Amino acid sequence: MLYSPEPMHIPDGFLNLYVSIVCWIITTILISMAVSRTNKSLGEKQVPLMGVMAAFIFAAQMINFPVAGGTSGHLLGGALAAIMLGPWAGMLVMTAVIAVQGLLFQDGGLLVMGANILNMGLITCAIGYGLYRSVSGANRIFKLGVAGIAAWLSVMAGAFFTALQLWLSGTSQLQIVIPAMLFVHALIGLGEAVITVAALSFVLQARPDLLGENSESAKGSKGWIIAGVAISLIVVFLSPLASTDPDGLNRVATDLGFIGSARSSAGPLAGYMIPFLANVSLSKVIAGAIGISVVLGLAVLAGRTLQKKTPVQNRKP
Amino acid sequence: MHSDAFDRYHDTESFIHRLDPRVKVVVTIAFILSNALLPDGAWLAFGLAWLFLLLVNALSNLGLGFTFKRSFVALPFALVAITVLFSIPGKPVSTFHFLMWKLTVTDMGLLRFMSILVRSWLSVQMAIMLVAVARFPDIVHALEHLRVPSILTTIIAFLYRYLFVLVDEVFRLLRARESRSAAAAGSRSGGSVAWRARVAGNMAGQLFLRSYERSDRVYNAMLARGYAGHLMTINPHELRNIDYVTAVLAISLILLLQVIGRL
Repeated sequence: MLYSPEPMHIPDGFLNLYVSIVCWIITTILISMAVSRTNKSLGEKQVPLMGVMAAFIFAAQMINFPVAGGTSGHLLGGALAAIMLGPWAGMLVMTAVIAVQGLLFQDGGLLVMGANILNMGLITCAIGYGLYRSVSGANRIFKLGVAGIAAWLSVMAGAFFTALQLWLSGTSQLQIVIPAMLFVHALIGLGEAVITVAALSFVLQARPDLLGENSESAKGSKGWIIAGVAISLIVVFLSPLASTDPDGLNRVATDLGFIGSARSSAGPLAGYMIPFLANVSLSKVIAGAIGISVVLGLAVLAGRTLQKKTPVQNRKP
Repeated sequence: MHSDAFDRYHDTESFIHRLDPRVKVVVTIAFILSNALLPDGAWLAFGLAWLFLLLVNALSNLGLGFTFKRSFVALPFALVAITVLFSIPGKPVSTFHFLMWKLTVTDMGLLRFMSILVRSWLSVQMAIMLVAVARFPDIVHALEHLRVPSILTTIIAFLYRYLFVLVDEVFRLLRARESRSAAAAGSRSGGSVAWRARVAGNMAGQLFLRSYERSDRVYNAMLARGYAGHLMTINPHELRNIDYVTAVLAISLILLLQVIGRL
């Protein structure tokens, strides 16, 4: 294998039709927004740039480093792409990468590609860019720290939404799939975070102009900060809830009409077995999530205050 | 690396190869959609879908077992579906102990699990078939005809075209890292995990800059060759009668599968 697959590329058959179509609709809306924004703001020169950048993300996913026991860490790249290229361009680049992985290498299905693009491309870009953008006025070390947290959270969010879709499709049991996915990706996310930070710091040193105040990547609007923080908070607060109180989430989903009575089979299994497994990794997940949310809150607050002190702001509205 | 290192296209002369790429894309998607629509346990319809797949295999001149041999790529993902075996209420089939848990496989759970696996297995084979019988640039072109935004198809086309160049770049970086990481026999080279990750990150940053600068040269080279905002192809891509007939026939067969699956 030329690249190690993430346990996040859902193949066809694992999501039901309704979940696949809803994901496709959300993805299509976001992509068309990205297309119209980039068509407006970018010259024809930017299209080859984005194409080569898509190849860069694809190739960068092959750079791995040995962790332990034969496993290796590598990059997913959503946060890095959004920070370096700007949010909309990052989304298009990630969409192209996931489309080629699905189409050419069957790494991820075609009908479920909407979900894969949403989980690994769009959500990761929104979180990565939103959080990074929230501290755009801060000093270098601080920005890099936030970029690392953003990269870690973007992987966690992707895993969380993947787990949620698998559950809504009736493929997995909620109280197992969420802790399991989050646990695995908590480790994968660490690799993502370190590589993202190191790559960013390298580029900041070698070509600071590419990431400066006037670059493409600094032009995203403030709305991204809200979107990025909002999605992060959803993940941070909903994932412990989903694992401790699956009945609660089940009820919400039923009330909202996500799952009909046919899917109520997920209900009785709540007290079925393996609450133990859920609880063990769960306590770690909760502790981690709370820790991260505290750090994140402090980071965003500190970033805001630092930003106010910076005198000159030539950011676009 | 050669430019077709990532190609999954199998060049041969066959009825399927001659079809318009749009037909192949649409039929592939219809087939995968149909698998998702078939209810759990519609074994007859799943069996017929497999026959349909074998028919495509036969018509493609690639051998009956062509997609079968490559069809296990999605299998590891089955792990995420394993909980349905025990979680769906039904008649117990078998009970066993795993670590500290007593797990009971139910018949309904088994039905659901097998249905998910079969759907995935059939769908991935058709996706494998698609890239084996259509050149990737043709597939991208078909997507453009099917109203995928041209900025996206252009990015995909560029990604495909320059992937092997950048992968070469990655191999150079990896080779350089190997050569720097000499170690005495028996001892490990390199530092802590964090240090190794930082090295990987520097490589990613280096790759970014090289790609970025390369994209400038690519753009200039393309301008020099008359690039005016979109990629062109010399393939005519006209739908002939045989394309229409095949598309209608294939879609009808797939609809028939749905009817049989719901009887």
